[in-house]
Amino acid sequence: MNEFSRRKFLGTGGAALAAATVTTPAMALTEAAARRLVDQVVADINRVISSGKSLGGMISDFERIFRSYADVNIIARSTLGADSRRASPAQLRAYTDAFRGYIARKYGKRFREFQGGEIVVRSVRRARSWQEVISTVKLPGKQPFEVKFLVSDKSGSDKFFDMIIEGISLRLTERDEIGAMLDQRGGDINALISDLKRAG
Amino acid sequence: MAVLVLLTACAKPDPAVMRQTHYDPWEEENREVHSFNRSLDRAVVRPAGKGYTKAVPDDIELVVTRFSENLSLPGAIVNNILQGNGLGATTDTYRFLVNTTLGLGGFFDPATELNMPAKTDADFGQTLYTWGINEGPYMELPLLGPSTTRDAVGKTVDLFTNPLTYALPSPESYYGTAASVSSGLSARGQYSDTIDSILYESADSYAASRSIYLQNRRFKLGKGRDETYLDPYESVAGDPYEGAGSVYEDPYDE
Repeated sequence: MNEFSRRKFLGTGGAALAAATVTTPAMALTEAAARRLVDQVVADINRVISSGKSLGGMISDFERIFRSYADVNIIARSTLGADSRRASPAQLRAYTDAFRGYIARKYGKRFREFQGGEIVVRSVRRARSWQEVISTVKLPGKQPFEVKFLVSDKSGSDKFFDMIIEGISLRLTERDEIGAMLDQRGGDINALISDLKRAG
Repeated sequence: MAVLVLLTACAKPDPAVMRQTHYDPWEEENREVHSFNRSLDRAVVRPAGKGYTKAVPDDIELVVTRFSENLSLPGAIVNNILQGNGLGATTDTYRFLVNTTLGLGGFFDPATELNMPAKTDADFGQTLYTWGINEGPYMELPLLGPSTTRDAVGKTVDLFTNPLTYALPSPESYYGTAASVSSGLSARGQYSDTIDSILYESADSYAASRSIYLQNRRFKLGKGRDETYLDPYESVAGDPYEGAGSVYEDPYDE
């Protein structure tokens, strides 16, 4: 390593350290607010599960829950990963819309498996700039499992930006899935968008 | 400090050139194993699992699964001891005693009905993790499916850590194996939709199973040992960035 790059390196490292110490995150979002949001989400989900609706009904219910309580913009952008930086604003909008429908179809049809079950909010803990709300899902005849919601107010309102089932993050799993789809289409974002409208 | 920054810089390749963030140097070979496993699932395991779930009444399926889970407890107890997890070893021992006696050899699960602590599911892969062994490259094993190098070693050792293998005479010692195959089939049948969606509906079933396996395995490794679970991405112990933080990066910062 030559002198210049070493100094530059130390400089960057120092700046990063300074930034890390100065920016103790101002916690705007309280535990109570995060819990309130997830309580609403869970109440809505429990209602859908017990309604015994048809598949189509459940999918549109899930899309409604996703639209009103999740920060779909950031989830969509995050699943696109680094590729979101080369997408035009119009592409990003089209992608976000297609993504919302895709998620609703893909996960909405799985809602049936929750029938007869119940979700209970258990605890809230703070992590970095967001709150993690931990809940337990109890299904008849199965071991209870954990679902965690990550809640942030950085979008301007309190929304969840990830849902983690037994450690499996919806956002990170879909990022791998979208990455694979992009690879298969040679990185063509427009092709991805039009295929995503039918996927799920 | 510079060393630390350098290390972090090396550990995180530029996301602009890499969509995959998993350590998978044997991807080519793994993909071959994956396509073998997938065709095996399609031809044998999936139909067998569905057939099993359909043919066997739910109650019997549950009894067989419980029996198999009860037999796995002595192995978990050994691993809890190896991990220095006295509490886990104790709760698993009580569970085993209660379910073996009151539960008539493990066919019933009075321990859960009595609200006793959940079983730890400790295995040797987890023991290696607590001993500080690195996860190592991702591996997909024939028949057994997704794994890491550490867990592959763990699975091999687990064949020998269950004391029942030594304690039971010859025909009885196979009951456990038969029960665990049956409960595996039962799981394949019961979680059919979930597994199908990963293997047959995702864009890249290899990448999807790798991603889901690693996330879930890392979650389980940290669970039950600490209130705030350990960092599944296993940064070095004592890492200043750890602790208060979360394992998930902030998507708003990107």
